[in-house]
Amino acid sequence: MMELRYLAPDTLDEAVGAFAKAGSAARILAGGTDLLVQMRSGMLKPGVIVDIKKIPEMTGIEQAADGGFRIGAAVSGMALAEHKSFGKVWPGVLEAINLIGSKQVQGRASAGGNLCNGSPAGDSVPAMVAAGAIVTVQGPGGRREMRVEDVPAGPGRTNFKPGEILVSFTLPPRPPGSSDAYLRMIPRTEMDIAVVGIGVSVTIKDGTVTAARVGLGAVAPTVLLVEDAAKALIGSKLDDAALAKAAAACSAACRPIDDKRGTIAYRTKVAGVLLKRTAAIAAQRAQGK
Amino acid sequence: MAKVHVTTSINGEPMEFLCEPSDTMLDALRGPLALTGSKEGCASGDCGACSITLDDRLICSCLMLAVEAQDHEIRTIEGMAQGDKLHPLQQKFLEMAALQCGICTSGMLVASDALLKKNPEPSEEEVRFWLAGNLCRCTGYDKIVRAVMETAAEMRAQ
Amino acid sequence: MNLVTNNKWIGQRTIRPDGMDKVTGRAQFAADTTMPGMIWGKVLRSPHPHARIRSIDTSKAEKLPGVKAVVTSKDIVDFPIDKGAVMLGIQDMRWMCRNVMARDKALFPGHPIAAVAATTEAIAAEACKLIEVDYEVLPWSIEIDDAILPDAPILHEFNKFDGKPSNIAGRLEHKKGDIADGFKKADVIIERTFTTRPVHQGYIEPHACLISVAPDGKTTIWSSSQGQFMVRAMTAYLTGIPQSDIRAIPAEIGGGFGGKTIVYLEPLATLLAKKSGRPVKMVMTREEVMRATGPTSGSKSTVKIGATRDGKIVAAHGTFYLQAGAFPGSPIRGAAGCSFTPYDIPNLLSEGYDVCSNRSKVAAYRAPGAPIGAYAVECVMDEVAEALKMDPLDFRLKNAAKEGTKAAHGPVFPRIGYIETVEAAKNSDHYKAPLGKLQGRGVASGFWFNAGGESSAQVNITEDGNVVVTTGHPDIGGSRAGIANICAELLGIDYRRVSVIIGDTQTIGFSNLTGGSRVLFASSIVVTQSTEKIIQTLRERAAKIWEIDPEAVKWENGAAHPVSPNAGQFEPLTLEELAEKAPAMGGPIGAGVQLNTTGADGGFGTHVCDVEVDVDLGIARVIRYTAVQDVGRAIHPGYVEGQLQGGVAQGIGWALNEEYIYTKEGKVDNPGFLDYRMPVCSDLPMLDCIMVEVPNPKHPQGVKGVGEVPLVPVMAAVANAIYNALGKRFYALPMSPPKVLEVLEAPTQQAAE
Repeated sequence: MMELRYLAPDTLDEAVGAFAKAGSAARILAGGTDLLVQMRSGMLKPGVIVDIKKIPEMTGIEQAADGGFRIGAAVSGMALAEHKSFGKVWPGVLEAINLIGSKQVQGRASAGGNLCNGSPAGDSVPAMVAAGAIVTVQGPGGRREMRVEDVPAGPGRTNFKPGEILVSFTLPPRPPGSSDAYLRMIPRTEMDIAVVGIGVSVTIKDGTVTAARVGLGAVAPTVLLVEDAAKALIGSKLDDAALAKAAAACSAACRPIDDKRGTIAYRTKVAGVLLKRTAAIAAQRAQGK
Repeated sequence: MAKVHVTTSINGEPMEFLCEPSDTMLDALRGPLALTGSKEGCASGDCGACSITLDDRLICSCLMLAVEAQDHEIRTIEGMAQGDKLHPLQQKFLEMAALQCGICTSGMLVASDALLKKNPEPSEEEVRFWLAGNLCRCTGYDKIVRAVMETAAEMRAQ
Repeated sequence: MNLVTNNKWIGQRTIRPDGMDKVTGRAQFAADTTMPGMIWGKVLRSPHPHARIRSIDTSKAEKLPGVKAVVTSKDIVDFPIDKGAVMLGIQDMRWMCRNVMARDKALFPGHPIAAVAATTEAIAAEACKLIEVDYEVLPWSIEIDDAILPDAPILHEFNKFDGKPSNIAGRLEHKKGDIADGFKKADVIIERTFTTRPVHQGYIEPHACLISVAPDGKTTIWSSSQGQFMVRAMTAYLTGIPQSDIRAIPAEIGGGFGGKTIVYLEPLATLLAKKSGRPVKMVMTREEVMRATGPTSGSKSTVKIGATRDGKIVAAHGTFYLQAGAFPGSPIRGAAGCSFTPYDIPNLLSEGYDVCSNRSKVAAYRAPGAPIGAYAVECVMDEVAEALKMDPLDFRLKNAAKEGTKAAHGPVFPRIGYIETVEAAKNSDHYKAPLGKLQGRGVASGFWFNAGGESSAQVNITEDGNVVVTTGHPDIGGSRAGIANICAELLGIDYRRVSVIIGDTQTIGFSNLTGGSRVLFASSIVVTQSTEKIIQTLRERAAKIWEIDPEAVKWENGAAHPVSPNAGQFEPLTLEELAEKAPAMGGPIGAGVQLNTTGADGGFGTHVCDVEVDVDLGIARVIRYTAVQDVGRAIHPGYVEGQLQGGVAQGIGWALNEEYIYTKEGKVDNPGFLDYRMPVCSDLPMLDCIMVEVPNPKHPQGVKGVGEVPLVPVMAAVANAIYNALGKRFYALPMSPPKVLEVLEAPTQQAAE
């Protein structure tokens, strides 16, 4: 039986060093709400666990002077909810993170873990994609930035290079008239994995959409940025025709599977339904209604 | 196999224990610490029977490594009553038949307590969504929700 | 009948005797116990749905440091198939010995192949991986339609149906009149076919036990079950240890719902403990619970009901195929016997077929079989009422069973409360409330047999004049609270002076399972008779002290009094005073009674359900629910309501989202609480209860079983409500979002059939 070593470094450099050194046997521990389940089920037997929660940069939430946010990779959903202004600027991102599991899970689970777990159904990811979030990663080769949508490589896989650790998310400053929303379809009211999840971010000026981004989850091997849906919304007043076109774009983008959580036909249809509902909520919020 | 020595605080008492690095906090509570009030229903964070607080934040102890308890504060069901005085939630659960088999009760009480500390006046909907991570198969939740709301009302009145 | 009137404690919402331990985390459930020197047992399980076991080599596992014992089917007592049935209750030990450990064949993924005990759980798990099993993988079938095909893979070659090897392990029928004649008289005939998926009991506490076997064979078992005597007997049968040497101690049980009425771990842990000389603890993981225990049957039912234009049912025919899983024994008796029973139907044929297939052996689940049958019957009832343009409750009233009705399964009903439940539903605020857009209302009724059977009680007066009651039934839902109320009522003392304990197998007389809605019914009879004996003793002793005739002494408010001033002028003698005088008056005061109780008549319920449907996503949510039930007498109303509410919640789960999903390889694909979607708190509304009290004339307090009826009507009530909201009928459970959307988007065709 392989022995497990637990490390809880105080600095990012130490964490990167330990993580890179241990190679494929190493796992990062943030909230642990996926990692521990995988370990207990026997799916995963890590040799080294690097707990990143003692590293200040990983657990901090900072608002820059321009209004943008930098969120440490290990910040829990509950901690983010307690931040005084984050939820006002990014209500969709916040609601997405706080749909992950139960209240108990939300006290631990982080957007960073949700992204790195590589599930196409992770709730926070479509919202982060819609938000246009940029991630900072650090590895033996130094720091770099990536677009959130470029991180997932397929179920359970990321495009990080060996030894790289996700450090933080950067969310851009918001022009006036901007907001976002996230909705997911689950069979119950809570505690399920998204069958379809959709994040919509919009900027509206005088009733017309001037910018939009749509992130779509659980309908393909990775979370998708649906640019055709955004295009259908931009320039519109979110009239029925524009919404129908955006919904059709979402359905067209789906490359889902039949599984225990939903069927291809169901996911494809629901992606369109949810686009309309999510866009409406984001627009209401953007217009201060 | 080298065990890890952990120094922590449990229900306000300084505590030390030995664990494997892969042990969960629930393993440590039920094993070396002999606090079996926290239950293992799923070991995957889906049932809430192992609910505890870590630095006053509600969590599932099955989703936390025991080694993470080092220098933190844990509270469990065993710390809810003060001596022989029950917490108002415990008393109300008894009075309103808000438990049947009792296996979910520890977790329900710990989670409800965490809710009332955060939100002393929850609506029915807020109670239901807060407790969504605590499965109960016996009661249909009706009496649990009522007991939490009535306790909240009584605590506000005091 | 000896109905106590002007009750002080019966009918009160008292604090349950075990409550304090359960709200403080002190209560000891099965997995909470440890012993010095204890080691851990783990089970190696079959990865295949169907495979012949050519050989098992345990030598590598036995050599792993830390491993203390390994057992396989060779260690389990064999009950050869050709020697005929060896029944223990409703369980045939021929199947039980093969279910706890596969013999020649593995019959489902999760079927135990071997078990290991080692100094740690990790070593035991590692050792399981070192066991080499040579399997000959066989074709398999899980679904009923596949298992009854002429060329289906046969699980049990010895089993013949119509003279040929078959997976159909049994058939039963209940018959009354002549259905061919009956249907000729019908103006409206509706026939529909329904399917349901296997669903699990879903108790939150996984199966667990801790077992110690001394060198002389004396065995102590701590485990949670629905019957410590069942645990003792089954373990004795399967290990060869006499029952007198096995002390089975009932731990608190974290939910059962029928799923803990058979053993899985206890015989294995006993043999491991015997071989190793160490106490052995075994705890299932949630995944093991989902793969290898419970669930109840999936089913395929066809129901045909014919009625005359004026709303009288003239004939009905039901055919119920139920999955038994790996071994015979699906609950066809409940499906065929209960589903038509709320109605007085002159011509009836109700048939059940027991079908084996490659999934875990079914275990009882709350009114076993009855909810499956009622789902089909009550949905067709709704369609017939609609075709007749009658209110569905009026249609039920017109055909309701009542005193004197002969049920097809045999009994002629005494005074029953079915009509009262329908009337109460009809008169409820709920039934009259307006509905909103995309909302619908459905109703359904249900029946369960209820049960009596063996119970034992010992009631002792302590030296300080308080009371200890010991019974032999594990308390799942508050039965101790009911016993305390009854005993306190009879003795005329505060209920807090009555301590109620569940005895172990060597300290209380035989008591049958906690199941069949029998516990409070049966145990309160023996507790009542024991308490009455004590009261007789107390009167005799007071009479002796007063030197008057015992008949001149009455017992009231916790003390002996002269029946009248004519009997003499004496200060009352309290229970405390008589207890204090006991040593000088003939010794300790106590009494025990053991009985095979009878008189548990069936129970009826009628439910009203409102749903709201999100038609774009296919999500149906229950937004209001009222369960009406004839509960006989609610000894502790809080826990009676709790039974109703809990049953309804399970039924809503069964109706909307719960199901076993299988992979193409025949394995359960959702063996955990994440994807086996039981209702969570935010899924449900408050669950209203209307308790109709028609006392059972054959019970001293009027008690009827209440635990199982409330699951029976639920799925049909939900399905009928969804129809009412959408105008579309659903013929398969669960009505989960993808399936609802599929029906909504399909061209209308069902109505034309």
